[in-house]
Amino acid sequence: MKLYNIALNNLRRRKGKMAFLVLGLMIGIATIVTLLAITDTMSGEIEERLDQFGANIVMVPRSENLSLTYGGISVGGVNYESVEFDEEKIQLIHEIDNSKNLGVVLPKVLGAVDIGGRRVLLMGTDFNVELNLKSWWTFSGSTPGRGELMAGAEAAAALGLAPGGSLDLGGRTFTVAAVLHATGGAEDGVLIGNLAEIQEVLGKQGKISMVEIAAFCRGCPISDMVLQIAEKFPEAKVTALKQAVMSKMQSIELFRTFAYGIAVLVIVIGSLLVFVTMMGAVNERTREIGIFRAIGFRRGHVMHIILLEALAVGMIGGILGFVGGSGVAWAVMPYVLPGGRLAGMNFSLGAVAVGMSMSLSLLASLYPARRASRLDPSVALRAL
Amino acid sequence: MTSSLTVEVNHLIEVRDIGKHYQSGGMVVEAIRRMDFCVDDGEFITIMGQSGSGKSTLLSVLGGLNHPSRGRVLVDSLDLYALSSEQRADFRSEYIGMIFQSFQLIPYLTVLENVKLPMAITDLSAARQNDMAEAVLAKVGLEGKGVRLPDQLSGGEQERVAIARAIVNNPPILLADEPTGNLDSRTAGEVMELLTSLNRDGQTIIMVTHNSDSCRYSSRTILVRDGCCVER
Repeated sequence: MKLYNIALNNLRRRKGKMAFLVLGLMIGIATIVTLLAITDTMSGEIEERLDQFGANIVMVPRSENLSLTYGGISVGGVNYESVEFDEEKIQLIHEIDNSKNLGVVLPKVLGAVDIGGRRVLLMGTDFNVELNLKSWWTFSGSTPGRGELMAGAEAAAALGLAPGGSLDLGGRTFTVAAVLHATGGAEDGVLIGNLAEIQEVLGKQGKISMVEIAAFCRGCPISDMVLQIAEKFPEAKVTALKQAVMSKMQSIELFRTFAYGIAVLVIVIGSLLVFVTMMGAVNERTREIGIFRAIGFRRGHVMHIILLEALAVGMIGGILGFVGGSGVAWAVMPYVLPGGRLAGMNFSLGAVAVGMSMSLSLLASLYPARRASRLDPSVALRAL
Repeated sequence: MTSSLTVEVNHLIEVRDIGKHYQSGGMVVEAIRRMDFCVDDGEFITIMGQSGSGKSTLLSVLGGLNHPSRGRVLVDSLDLYALSSEQRADFRSEYIGMIFQSFQLIPYLTVLENVKLPMAITDLSAARQNDMAEAVLAKVGLEGKGVRLPDQLSGGEQERVAIARAIVNNPPILLADEPTGNLDSRTAGEVMELLTSLNRDGQTIIMVTHNSDSCRYSSRTILVRDGCCVER
């Protein structure tokens, strides 16, 4: 017989009250777990989707001129013949402090050529990487290989190009392997080829016009990465495409703040519930506490019993709350974020939830336990 | 216990000029006016008196549960009320076995667990606790009933469990408050025989009762009236 036997036996005897208390804690912890799990999954999902949405950092040569393009309308000619980077220096990007967050580094060359009396923008890239990065691109034909091109929708229409057709560029004949379906983006009016071949056509061997970078930005400091790249390329203008990220992240932050607010409210209500129940239990057990004290239990022993009960209730409530909360989050996730799916049980959150439930139960029981331990045995025994 | 709390005594218990009053509804109630007596090792004392005479208060004072308003209680040379509250808890664990009115067993613990209750705060191993509890249950005639809950026993059996719990730690002093108060005369007789048998084995017993029949089992009777010892 040890003190914990007394505590556990008492919990078993007061099944109804203890089940009520466990249920209260469970609902509280489940609410917190649900909200935090949903918030966490939502922010993860959105960041992941943004990662899949192509580059989130763009590096172009620095120019003193202001852009004359806005919303697809270009006022005056765009100077594509500006300063360019040396291709061999692009590797410096991989030397930044946050290089582990670098996903894709995609150098491109750009230049204008005359085709049938029209000025057309030509872009050289690595198709394998480009098509992975622009997962929303769809096209007719096949992925271009050596000596092949992909034509943007508008360019193909203007030049009368179709898959299987051919085109002379800089004295070389290229086959049109694919025609890109309209995307509404800049690529609609472009002819795209392999980087080395286009560099040769444009006479820009070893030169790079711009670099698109996709960083795995989940939890990474994207603005720090921009600064780190800019340090390596003082002649470059490095820009983070943060606008979309920021607006979505702000919504999630708002929801997260709301979740924390609810969590605090639930903690306060849970603490009150434990406090009231434990006070009631202590009052009901005056006689029993009198017996304990009469047979030689110290105040600390009485406190020990009551706090052990609180710990057990907190632990059970915490575990059930975590499992229940994770289940609810899993069930409601598709409604909160269409296509979203809970990544699975977050055991770190589980450990925090159980720890929080036990601490809450323990703290709320401190006063009742202290009160029980301070019961005057002679007064308690008068109840016998 | 520290030596500064010990006093030279000639008896196991010496009650020296104790008094106890309570405040109740603005009135001062004198539960014990003045009491002086001694108890020797191995005695079986009956404290007898009417309801409200102060005998239960006296028992709680002897058990270190109720600080007297004046006077001293010396037990085995220890000045009981010079000890701190926690030291008195240790004293009760070591020196006192207590049998309450109406058995006062813990309803959610089995008979065996009730008997082991005083050992929950000791360092005794589970096996040793079991052996001691089984032995004492056999001594009070309850072999094989350890797994039952208190409400599955008769009144006489519950009283025996209460006695077993009180003596399981081998305390030098057994305090019994109306141990036969809730029993029929035949069962009461059996319980008194059990207490007498314990006393024959050397157990010091102080029993409070209002039943004069119980006096014949004890070696000495202290009659209490209006908070005073009127006859010894």
